[in-house]
Amino acid sequence: MSFGFTEEQIMLRESARDFIADQAPVSQLRKLRDNKDPIGFSQDVWEKFSEMGFTGVLVPEEFGGMGLGHVEAGIIMEQIGHHLTTSPFLASSVAAVTALRHVGTAAQKNTWLPKLASGEVIASIAIDEKAKHRPAQVALRATPTDSGYTLNGVKTFVSNGHVADILIVAARRAGEPGDSEGITLFIVDSKSQGIETERTVMVDSQIAARITFKEVKVGVESVLGPVDSGWETLSATLDAARAAAAAEMLGLSDEVFDRTLKYLKERKQFGRLIGEFQALQHRAAMLYCDLEITRSLVIHAQKQLDASSLDVSRAVSLAKARAGRTATLAVQEAVQMHGGIGMTDELEIGFFMKRARVLNELFGDTNFHIDQVAAQQGY
Amino acid sequence: MSDQSEIDEFRTATRAWLRSSCPPKMRLPMRSEDDICWGGRRWTYRSDDQRMWLLRMVERGWTVPTWPKEYGGGGLSSSQANVLAEEMANLNCRPPLMNFGISMLGPTLLKYGTHEQKLEHLPKIARGEIRWCQGYSEPGSGSDLASLTTSAQDNGDHFVINGQKIWTSYADQSDWIFCLVRTDPVKKHTGISFVLFDMTTEGVSTRPIMLISGNSPFCETFFDRVRVDKRNMVGGLNSGWEVAKYLLMQERDMIGAMGEATTTLSVSQTAKKYVGLDAQNRLEDIQLRAQIAEFDLDEAAFRLTLERIAAMQRTGEVNPAMSSMLKYYGAELNKRRWELLMSCGGSEHLEWESERSQQGFAARSWLRIKGNSIEGGTNEVQLNVIAKRILELPGA
Repeated sequence: MSFGFTEEQIMLRESARDFIADQAPVSQLRKLRDNKDPIGFSQDVWEKFSEMGFTGVLVPEEFGGMGLGHVEAGIIMEQIGHHLTTSPFLASSVAAVTALRHVGTAAQKNTWLPKLASGEVIASIAIDEKAKHRPAQVALRATPTDSGYTLNGVKTFVSNGHVADILIVAARRAGEPGDSEGITLFIVDSKSQGIETERTVMVDSQIAARITFKEVKVGVESVLGPVDSGWETLSATLDAARAAAAAEMLGLSDEVFDRTLKYLKERKQFGRLIGEFQALQHRAAMLYCDLEITRSLVIHAQKQLDASSLDVSRAVSLAKARAGRTATLAVQEAVQMHGGIGMTDELEIGFFMKRARVLNELFGDTNFHIDQVAAQQGY
Repeated sequence: MSDQSEIDEFRTATRAWLRSSCPPKMRLPMRSEDDICWGGRRWTYRSDDQRMWLLRMVERGWTVPTWPKEYGGGGLSSSQANVLAEEMANLNCRPPLMNFGISMLGPTLLKYGTHEQKLEHLPKIARGEIRWCQGYSEPGSGSDLASLTTSAQDNGDHFVINGQKIWTSYADQSDWIFCLVRTDPVKKHTGISFVLFDMTTEGVSTRPIMLISGNSPFCETFFDRVRVDKRNMVGGLNSGWEVAKYLLMQERDMIGAMGEATTTLSVSQTAKKYVGLDAQNRLEDIQLRAQIAEFDLDEAAFRLTLERIAAMQRTGEVNPAMSSMLKYYGAELNKRRWELLMSCGGSEHLEWESERSQQGFAARSWLRIKGNSIEGGTNEVQLNVIAKRILELPGA
């Protein structure tokens, strides 16, 4: 397999890097946090994401997007990780677009993809219901009616769910929580009667939502994909989102590692640069190796997604599991090696630690994905 | 014809040739170093199949596919060599020949040797006629290799070498040695030369060292007034350290990749066999299951990293010190693999002499592998190299 980027991909990375470093650095996240911004991201930046084509990266050209793949989405996610840019990109432009692209009807695609590509509509995915990500445990009930379905239940940890115009909801029409059969996906207008949204500011200063569905009526046209057999689309959607989260963690880890290395080369104690101490040199070298080895998995997962490989779930689980572990190590080493200053809110390192924690939990943590890998291997 | 169609054609032809030329027994997984064909003057083939497979590959130059044809190689481009490697992997073909001439000295001579030196030595390596060993470490010079004291006294057209090497892999079975000697007693790194000589030269003797595995893959090697012609010096007087470092990088790549090359037991398969599965098809030992899954994760990641770095090496966009990363991580991974395999096998893997255990194959391998993080530069030295050459940390 080839690991190299094409010229176009290198150009995309450079434009994403320059734009995000300039327009959406960590200081912006701090400002949004300190101002208790109700939206939690800069609408200006989101509009520029649209102008640059980022919001349509995965949307086919016939629907007004760039028609690119997960490698390209990952390139953008990595830069987002470097600067902790907050936006609905992951939930809307990656996850929701993947679900629609995968299984949407012509009408659904025509209605939503152009608007998602332009960024004028924001979507999110509503999967989790409890503290830990267990997608097969979906319990939110879809009860058939004369004209469609009624939804009842609770969703949690819905990224940017407080501003999403539409929600892709995993519901159970048949079977019991724990069955992968019986799950149906719906596209639901977030303003529908019976939906109650609680805005939840998370530890990383990004915003999610806890959403209650009480007798929410939806028509048959809102069913996304096959009834009761939504598991495959749900998995494909989650895999895209997981690979994107892994890419963000990789970018985040690279960033904190760079900052830590820089600090080791300027901070003096005992009359010496602390980077001269072998105890720290070896830890830095080990972290470097860990990062490089995780990088291979993240690229591999993106390529497998683009190739629609049969091995894609395993590749994504490997990437998400290891990126989570690497990011956890990178941020902890960063705080420790910065010493007391690393504990202050003034330094930006803490922001990375908080985001790493959220990303690790999002769509399955390291343990969840390692367990998946073992189960797939038959042990 | 486009490059791609040429490559496709090469792939088809290669596959057909391998299918008809590689004996079925040479397509069974190699279990250990014992199954490797090392070659050399004293080599006894393990089977006719092993001999035939080597001869057929030698004829095409495919024991060393990318070396130039005039030196016994296959003259393949790197993309053709990749295809060959992939097709061999798909058919489970064993490498026809593996030794330090192929993996270490050959690439070094290609870079630093004179045309005459290449003509003299490379074809014999390619054909498996000469087996080489490595005279690097000394009793007083391990991690601090450049402090070596084996001396080469200038005697006009030749050197006279006195001293001792240690941890010389298979010195007792090798035909020639590539050896670091001191040609300037004052200067440390710039007082070392790189010489080649025949192990049957008068004054060379070897003594095998028994290891904790009960085997003796390493030797002490003694030089008592050994006469070495100056035309057998590679890279110029007192310039041997640069040559030595280049060769070390080849060695690190080799050790790093070693865990992947020989198909040893699969950890999870071994666990299923001895530990067993519960009603939900999970390993009975839930802690072991988690450890194995972590290992599988890291192994998959490492394998992809080997591919990624190899691809980067071909386009030249890689820091040469990356080989230290592969050596460090590959060695740690291999040690983990064998700790887990010992855990999986329980008392079955503790047997040391029985037929059933293949004379303690698992236990001896587990012990042998501990050397991976010591040989070829300890892992601590590799971390120093990464800190200095890649991370550019001060004073490292």
